Amino acid sequence: MKPSREQQLWMYEQMLVSRYFEESIEKIYMEGKSPAFNMANGPIPGEMHLSNGQEPCAVGVCAHLDADDVVTSTHRPHHVAIAKGVDLDRMTAEIFGKKTGLSGGRGGHMHIFDADVNFSCSGIIAQGMGPAVGAALSRQLQRKGGVAVAFLGEGAANQGAFHESLNLAAVWKLPVVFVIEDNAWGISVAKSASTAIERNDQRAAAYGMPGHFIPGNDPLAIFEVAGEAIARARRGEGPTLIEIETYRLAGHFMGDAEGYRPEGEKDALFAKDPIPKFRNHLKASIGWTDADDAELVARAHGLVDGAIAFARDSAYPEPEEALEKVFV
Amino acid sequence: MSNAITMVEAVNLALGRAMSQDEKVVLLGEDIGTNGGVFRATVDLKAKFGNKRVLDTPLAETMIAGLAVGMAAQGLKAVAEIQFMGFIFPTMEHIVGHAARLRNRTRGRLSCPLVLRAPYGGGIHAPEHHSESTEALFAHIPGLRVVIPSSPARAYGLLLAAIDCPDPVLFLEPKRIYRASKQPVEDNGVPLPLDTCFTLREGDDITLISWGAMISETLQAADRLADEGVSCEVIDVATLNPLDLDTMLASVTKTGRCVIVHEAPKSGAVGAEIAASLSERGLLELRAPIARVAGYDTVMPYYRLENHYMPNSADVIDAVRQTLEFA
Repeated sequence: MKPSREQQLWMYEQMLVSRYFEESIEKIYMEGKSPAFNMANGPIPGEMHLSNGQEPCAVGVCAHLDADDVVTSTHRPHHVAIAKGVDLDRMTAEIFGKKTGLSGGRGGHMHIFDADVNFSCSGIIAQGMGPAVGAALSRQLQRKGGVAVAFLGEGAANQGAFHESLNLAAVWKLPVVFVIEDNAWGISVAKSASTAIERNDQRAAAYGMPGHFIPGNDPLAIFEVAGEAIARARRGEGPTLIEIETYRLAGHFMGDAEGYRPEGEKDALFAKDPIPKFRNHLKASIGWTDADDAELVARAHGLVDGAIAFARDSAYPEPEEALEKVFV
Repeated sequence: MSNAITMVEAVNLALGRAMSQDEKVVLLGEDIGTNGGVFRATVDLKAKFGNKRVLDTPLAETMIAGLAVGMAAQGLKAVAEIQFMGFIFPTMEHIVGHAARLRNRTRGRLSCPLVLRAPYGGGIHAPEHHSESTEALFAHIPGLRVVIPSSPARAYGLLLAAIDCPDPVLFLEPKRIYRASKQPVEDNGVPLPLDTCFTLREGDDITLISWGAMISETLQAADRLADEGVSCEVIDVATLNPLDLDTMLASVTKTGRCVIVHEAPKSGAVGAEIAASLSERGLLELRAPIARVAGYDTVMPYYRLENHYMPNSADVIDAVRQTLEFA
């Protein structure tokens, strides 16, 4: 299954939006946090996990999903949220802690919920998997159609919830796809130091489901494999496990000195940045021009700038509102 | 005329009624389908409603709770059984980390309605994980309702209310009294109110506050004290979070004395929260310190020592006498 021209351009555009979004958030996040880094300062306090470099995972999978399909994502959710069609203005306002945010400014960047497009994420490792399986079960029981996709990091594959989820999804043949974004690092611990096998797709065999490993952070390859897995789930043939080799071009979180990385690793990753690579592919394959590119980049930037302006201009919630809505 | 039934039969009746009334109610848990549950709470429900409504899950509690969260997000009402409360800790990832906080975190835009049922408490001579009362761990969590019935009729009405509730509910069933007594329960589909204490007996001299299996010890104590001319008001807390402090405070304001009875270890338990809140709001109404009759601060002992661990009516009577004798 090869992506059409339109699908490729959609994927490329989402990658541009996502990357520029992260670059913008990175700048704003640092406002007020220098010279001394204090997480509590600036317009976006708290932790920030950027997804620069991991965009292919989001677009290659979400190209096959519509608003009705369910996605659960991780503590690093922005790229997936964008590709899933989460309202960017309200998502940005949520990250800023503003009243107009998706959750009224109560959740922040790891707690993005948009019921209109069935998107959620969890800051707790592997804990989006159970809800994704539950959503798939609901669709199966109610014969409603639609699939669920659980995104997770390679570190999450060592959580109990990972194994419980894969097993149950396979036993009940649920319409769910598990997508591991393998960025090689669980914060500071290398995959090789935390995981007994080299590739997590091998674990699929233990649960009697197909497993695929996709090297090279390649959106086109991801599109193909994810497309087959999602089509299989839609046909009622059960779950699939996919592991994608991706690159974390940022630190684990903003402020991460990344002293654990071997010398030269970051440079090598930047040399393989998937965005210029995809641009070159488009130029070579569909006659994409610099003028076309400038137009699309401007559109992506406009979208993000608009969302950030919306967030900046929005009001903060009132303090007493935190005491409301604990119970119905 | 309603039949007299046990508490576990009342749970079964309420589950069946809720499933008949609402096709979105789905039961899941370990051994609940074909086997009908280790305590028989779900007996015959799979035969009646089919294997799409009553799901036997793998032995995977994290997953069971995760499923319930995902089902809530997609419009189903999961009523999940955790076989014993000692097995409940893996569910905390989802119940504490997701379900309980979704309403507040989204400022009421989303909610996560689900029911987690679990048999809890001692009194059946089982090992520690099958006998503990760890309700305080959950009652501490904002957004998570914790409900404990103390009779067949309240089990029926409160479970229906829990299943109707738009918030997540932990419904703890005191297994010591699953079959201890029978009571007529009309299968009328009428829920009892949540977040409300039940005053089981009115009195003027002292307020006895309890819940779950300890209610019967407390009522027995009240009976015997009545013979001595002591008039006890007995309150069944029923919903441990959020607490109906108004009802308890009104009673203590009337009697001026209070004994709290629970089988959970004393320190950091819900009894401590009730005592602190009543003191904060009603210190000047109190004529004696609030007493607590509780389990010991230790691991639930094995069956030979269980009767020493569990509070009983004699302990309650002792505490009442001491409280009455205080100045």
